[in-house]
Formats: sequence, C-alpha cells, structure tokens
Amino acid sequence: MTALRQRQTIAVLALVGFFVALYLWLHALGVGGPLKCGTGACETVQTSPWAVFLGFPVAFYGVVGYGALFVVAIVAMRPAALGRRGWSSMLFAMASLGLLFTLYLTYAELFLIHAICRWCVTSATIITVIWVLTFLALRTDRAASPPRQDPQA
Amino acid sequence: MNRFYVVLAVLAVVLGVAVFALLKTGGGAPAAAAGPPPAVVDDGFRGYTLGSSDARVEITEYSDFECPFCANFATVQMPTIRDQLIQTGKVQWRYRDYPLPVHKYSRFAAHAAQCAGEQGKFWDMHDQLFYHHQWAQTGKDPNSLFQQFAHDAGLDVNKYNACMESGRYAARIEFSRQEGENKLVDGTPTFFINGKKFDGPRATSDVFKQIADSIIAHSPPKPHVSAGHEHEEKDHFVH
Repeated sequence: MTALRQRQTIAVLALVGFFVALYLWLHALGVGGPLKCGTGACETVQTSPWAVFLGFPVAFYGVVGYGALFVVAIVAMRPAALGRRGWSSMLFAMASLGLLFTLYLTYAELFLIHAICRWCVTSATIITVIWVLTFLALRTDRAASPPRQDPQA
Repeated sequence: MNRFYVVLAVLAVVLGVAVFALLKTGGGAPAAAAGPPPAVVDDGFRGYTLGSSDARVEITEYSDFECPFCANFATVQMPTIRDQLIQTGKVQWRYRDYPLPVHKYSRFAAHAAQCAGEQGKFWDMHDQLFYHHQWAQTGKDPNSLFQQFAHDAGLDVNKYNACMESGRYAARIEFSRQEGENKLVDGTPTFFINGKKFDGPRATSDVFKQIADSIIAHSPPKPHVSAGHEHEEKDHFVH
C-alpha cells in the first residue's frame, strides 16, 4: 500500500470513527432517544462511572481524537508531505494515544462494567486498524529513509 | 485525488444523516413530569429516608431510576442493607434523585416516585421501578406501565395521575440533581457516607457494613434531641 493510500484509508476510518463518537457524545448530552444498540449493554456502559473521564463523557475524547486524526491525515496527503517521516510519526503518536485510551475503556467494559457496547467495539476496531496502518507507514518510512551519515566521515 | 475528496464528502453526508436519523427516532416525552422544570425551587425537601434518624451513619444515595447500575444495586445489595444496617438502627438511608441526561424517562420515573411519596408510598414505588426494570431497556413510553406500578404499589391511581399531569415535583427533582452536581456526583449510583463521598471500587452491602461498623466503633452515640424524633418512619419528609 502506498503512503497516499494509507493516509486516505486513515482519513476514511477517522471520519467513520468521528461520527460514531459524535453519536455517542450527543446521546450523552441528552440529545435524542435511547441508544440504538440491539441490547441494553450500550446503556449499561454509557451510564457507568467509566463513561466519564476527567469530567467529560468519554465519547467527547473520541470526537476530538478522531477529528484530529482526520485533519492530520488529510494534511499529510499533500504531495509535499507524503515523503516526510514527521507526518507518519505524528499519526502514529496520535493513533497510539487513541489505542491506549481504547484499551483502558475495553478493560473497563470487560472487567469492571461486565458489559460490551457495540458502538464501543466499532470504535475500538477502527482505532486498532488505524494504529496498524500508522505503524506500518512508520516502518515503511524508516526503511525508505537513507542511512544516517557520520558527520565526521 | 479529487475523486477521493468527493467520496469523502459523500461519506460524511451519509454518516451525518445516519447519526441524525439515529438521534431523531425515539418519540416525545409523555408528560410535564418528564422534562426539566422552567425554574428550580428549594422546597426544603432533602430526600426520602429509611431507618432511624438516631443512626450514627447516614448514607445518601444519588440515584437514577433508569440507570441499570442503580437497579442492580437496589435489587441485589439493598435488601441486605435494609436487613443488616437499616433495620438494626445502624444506618439511616437517604435517597436523592440524580436523573442523568442520557436517560429519556429518568425524570418521569423520579416524578412517579415523588407522586407515590405524596401518598406515603415512595419506597414501594422505588421498588416497583427497580424490580421491574425492563421498562428502562425498551425505550418505550412507560406512562401506562407506571400507572400499573402505582396500582400495584397500592396508590390511589387517580390522585397519582393528577400529580403526574401537574408535574409539581419537577422542580424538586431538578434541585436534587443540582445539589448532586454541586457535590461532584459524576455517575449513578453515587454514595455519601456521613457527608463524605464513597470512592470505593464496588458499592456492596458488605463494604457498607464494614464502613458503618468502623464508624460506629469509633464514634459516640448521637445525643437525643427530642423524644418525638427518635424513629423516623419510611417515606419521611426531611426538612
């Protein structure tokens, strides 16, 4: 997969993740009816003490995180940015932060709340795929970059 | 490149419409009791209590009738707490409403319990709402079901209906919610033991018993203020 294709895929996934998080966030703010989930597990997760982090609904962090990933992925698609390793590093760092937060939330779902929210699983899948893509992009960039020269040589 | 942005724009529109549609479905609120009041008034009410006012431990619970954790606590832990802590005079239990905005019928359920309290049946309605919690999972208008609960709890249903239509306790419920917010309640159920927020990982009858026993072992008995207030009954209106 080319660098452009990787970043396009990240942008698409981040956009989907953004809307998933937006739905959960608006629901947390009281907009609309009950969560469309299929089972009551979403409601269990969304109303648990772990649904709030530092005073904000966790979905809010998803909206901000996916929004930021989307913007950075779009900016990193510019021809001038495609060869720059810094953009790959930035995307990897952001995706890693998102993945860590998702791991914490998944742990809370499995071992503290004992309920699984389908929307959260969707988001967890998206951020995991994004992380794998950014990781692969970083490795590709590292392999493609010229070896560091000894300044004294 | 340009084609990609078109696809992205179309995807954004489709997802936006999907989110809008998901949020839109649900239906309207059943009565004046279902929403927040236009104004918040402190009527002096500080929650229904169970147990003796002489108890050296007071546990205040901020709860939401639509919250599954609260229902679990009410049906699994509360019976033991009533037997071992409240009926033995160790703990006085106080219920405060904290309807979460994510729940469509929380305020409506809280209002139903307040209307039951008006007829001296708050705790009966409390139990009806929590023990038959399927209503909270369906998302359907629970108005007629709550009337059935009112009947089963032994209420005068006509008086109950009039109370619900008036929405007269909406301000009281909102006052309770704001009180909880000021105390940094960030989820339900949240407990305060003698005014101090309980931050333990699991709120169980065993944990509350340990804490209550520890407080009682390290504190002198409460002085009797007046003989007339020695034993508060259930559904007590506290000023």
